[in-house]
Amino acid sequence: MTSRKIEIAVGLFMALGFAALVMLAMQVSNLSSFGGSDGYKVSAYFENIGGLKVRAPVRAGGVLVGRVSEISYDEETYQAEVTLTLEDQYRAFPLDTAASIYTAGLLGEQYIGLEPGAEEDYLQDGDEITLTQPALVLEQVIGQFLFSQASE
Amino acid sequence: MLDALQRIGQTGLTFFQRLGRGHLFLLAVLAGCGSAFVRFRLIIQQMYSVGVLTLVIILVAGLFVGMVLALQGYYTLVDFGAEESLGVLVSLTLVRELGPVVSALLYAGRAGSALTAEIGLMKATEQLSGLEMMAVDPYKRVFAPRFLAGSFSVPMLAAIFSAIAVIGGYLVGVPLLGVDEGAFWSQMQANVDLTADVLNGVIKSVVFGIVVTWIAIFEGNDCVPTSEGVSRATTRTVVNASLAILGLDFVLTALMFSA
Repeated sequence: MTSRKIEIAVGLFMALGFAALVMLAMQVSNLSSFGGSDGYKVSAYFENIGGLKVRAPVRAGGVLVGRVSEISYDEETYQAEVTLTLEDQYRAFPLDTAASIYTAGLLGEQYIGLEPGAEEDYLQDGDEITLTQPALVLEQVIGQFLFSQASE
Repeated sequence: MLDALQRIGQTGLTFFQRLGRGHLFLLAVLAGCGSAFVRFRLIIQQMYSVGVLTLVIILVAGLFVGMVLALQGYYTLVDFGAEESLGVLVSLTLVRELGPVVSALLYAGRAGSALTAEIGLMKATEQLSGLEMMAVDPYKRVFAPRFLAGSFSVPMLAAIFSAIAVIGGYLVGVPLLGVDEGAFWSQMQANVDLTADVLNGVIKSVVFGIVVTWIAIFEGNDCVPTSEGVSRATTRTVVNASLAILGLDFVLTALMFSA
């Protein structure tokens, strides 16, 4: 009888342990929305990406629609090439969608914001977003401000 | 002068002899693990005494560690207006470091010392020799089930510790300090990675479980079979296991999070 009680207690212990692992996986690290590589890729060229990082969010209207999957430097155009992986459920971005790099809050991380355009055709896998706006670099802004002050 | 040299040499030799005996012992225990699975009931019984009985201290400690982390983190983060990152701070600290390390330390104090004392007394009262006289291999019957039970239990305890501590952090952070609930969870989910953070934490706790249980059983089997020897062995278990946990934690962290 005591051996049965011990076994039940150990069973509970194991169940609790696995439940804790599942909680860590689902609730803390969000396995459910980590969809892997499905989705379609579009590229965008920026003059300056600031502090943008791989896996940074891509948002349209503030909603997370994808993530940055690759960042490289193109030596022919002297621009940064950013590959975005957009989720399959958001297929209807017009061809003239604009991509800009924003900062979330004052100290927050940087993300890409998409503003849909008016074209009839939609972005497909491998397409390029041509309308881009580089990240705001604080030093440049201050420099421009000082320059315009001086010229007055 | 020569006496001092001799003492240094003796200390070194004893150290390396014990290190060698420890590794041979580990090999023998690992060899006995196969037949321990056949008598699974023994493993379950040991999991009760090392795992289930450690659960209470893990739950209470986890809850309070999470609550203190949230409290301290909040006062630092609020200066930067970044108190929404409290969830990230609490969960990353726990999943990567505090969960595996603190639960292994608690396990070494609560269950490791008990293992050493039990086996040491078995040796002192010549139960181990008695088993051998009856042609029962103590490695298979006594050591291997305890080793396996400890190695299974510690990752479980660490996961429970982290989970309950995240809940403790939530309880202090959201209802008490007024951090936004959505930001707390969503920032946590966006910044904690399953493989890089959670899985590495589990790997750490598996390593700690194996090492602590190994040290505990070895010290018990290696003790001088007197009451004083058993007490010394118990102390050595707690000290050596804690040092091993902290040292290994640095090595594992350097290996895992350097890239």
